Formats: sequence, C-alpha cells, structure tokens
Amino acid sequence: MPYTAKIKVTLRQSILDVQGKAVEHALKNLGYHTVESARIGKYIEVIINEEKLQEAERICNEICQKLLSNPVMENYSFELEQVN
Amino acid sequence: MADVTVGVVVFPGSNCDHDTEYAVGSFSGIKPVMLWHNDHDIQGAKAIILPGGFSYGDYLRAGSIARFSPIMQEVIEFARKGFPVLGICNGFQVLLESGLLEGALSKNRDKKFLCCQTTLKTVNCSTIFTNRYQQDQLLSVPIAHGQGNYFAPPEVIESLEEHEQIVFKYSDAEGMVTDEANPNGSINNIAGIINRQGNVLGLMPHPERASEKSLGSLDGRALFESLFQHIAGV
Repeated sequence: MPYTAKIKVTLRQSILDVQGKAVEHALKNLGYHTVESARIGKYIEVIINEEKLQEAERICNEICQKLLSNPVMENYSFELEQVN
Repeated sequence: MADVTVGVVVFPGSNCDHDTEYAVGSFSGIKPVMLWHNDHDIQGAKAIILPGGFSYGDYLRAGSIARFSPIMQEVIEFARKGFPVLGICNGFQVLLESGLLEGALSKNRDKKFLCCQTTLKTVNCSTIFTNRYQQDQLLSVPIAHGQGNYFAPPEVIESLEEHEQIVFKYSDAEGMVTDEANPNGSINNIAGIINRQGNVLGLMPHPERASEKSLGSLDGRALFESLFQHIAGV
C-alpha cells in the first residue's frame, strides 16, 4: 500500500519571513488585534509507493533534505498516511 | 589562434542568457556557446556562466530544480576540477543550491522585486574574476531580483570574511558599507562571494548589463576581462 507524505516546510525562526510579516499586518489591519504573528511555509503532498513504513520514511527524509527543503534556511516535518 | 569557448547555460526560464552571450561575444578571441539544460556536453568550454532569470519558474525555491538538471552535473564536476564558473543572479542562486557556494538567498527584506542601479564595492580584487579592478573600487552595476537577501549562519559568514571570500558588497556612493546602501537585507551587505578554491563566483548584480556604453555603465566589463584573461590570455 502506498503512503501519502504530508510535508511541511517552514522558514527557520532566524530568517525574516517577509510574506508572513505582510500577512500579519493585513490581519491586524482587519481588526484582529490578538493576532501576534503569521509565518508562511509550504505544504507538499507526495505519494510514495512503498510497502514498508520504514522505507517510506527513509525516502521522505531523503527527498526533504535533497530537494524539498533548503537546510540553510528551512526546517521540514512530515506525516505519513497509508493510502487506502 | 582559435577562439576560446565560454559556455552560457540555458535553463527553461533563463532570461539573461542572450544578454550574457552578447556581452561575452563582444570580447575578441572569445566565443560564447549556449549549453542546454538537458545536455551533458559542455562543448569544450573553458569557463561556464550561469545566467540570470527564473530557471524552472523559480518553483519550490529559486535555483532548486535547476541544480538537478543534467548540465548542472557537468558544471559541478567542471567546478570541482578547478575550472571557472560564474553565476549571475539566478545563476548565483543555482550555485548556492548546488552546494558550490555556501549560504542561501531569501526574499528581499522589503518584499519588493528590485530593479535598479547599485553601487558595488570590490572588496577582493585578487580573484581570477576581479583582478582587473582596484581594491575597494566602486562600480555601478544593476540588480534585478526578488530573492537576493543573502543569508548564512554566523560561523559561515565568519569563515567567508576570514578567507576573503566576500568579493562584492553593496555600498553608498562614497564606498561606505551602510545599512541604507543595502538594497535587499543581505548579511554584511554581501553582493557576491567566491568559493575557497577561488574558481566559483556568484553575485546578484548583473555585470553583463553594465558592459556597454549605451547601457549606462561599463563597470561590469572588467569582470569578464579578468576571467577571459585567465582562461585565454586575452
């Protein structure tokens, strides 16, 4: 059974997120004064055709490190769900 | 003597490839050849330039997909052998993604795409790309980018400074490296860096757009002159 990898890539806290800042200001302008901050990341879904969870996990880590995120300025996390 | 060949890589979405070809072709004894992203053949090039643009639409991150194109595998090997590779704007982004240079480029701090003339300070004039400049020479060279905000962890910045790998910094007209003169938020006003071996240079500004009188500045020309003298003795 293949797995769906639900991957989130976010900018590291030390990196200024200019898009997030713009959205934060827009939300405050809309009157949401309790909004403290907004940060924007990426959500990526990848279907991995592997039988074993462990192997799907290994591939997912590899593709995140190799291509989907840039470790210099981004972090990633993911969840794997079996496709029925 | 036969012309010396300089490769200009063409990715889908490159848009300064022909400007670069034109600038390179204006030097006698140098012949530009276009290297298609899907090829493995560098056609005998003695130096390779990665031009500006939006390779693969800047999808995912600027330069991230271009880095895995077939020609880049050859460019990486070429660079590792010590041959000169120059990355301009998007080309700089590709060099960082490919690990040939250290650090990353994020969105400009003021969120804007910047297209304007900048003043660059030549902080290292002893590289193969800059030896026709004087130390601290000020250059008028345009930038055109949305993601030119250079970032690297503090230990990398320290190491770049220590090994004189920072080649160009944004400065004001008096040569002062100030925050006001920093267009995009780059750490320490960094506009261009070179690798430790001294054969791979990446910079955000466009020297090819400052290589002809009608373009308003000739200040980018000495960069190509330095490089071509190195590879061809011209």
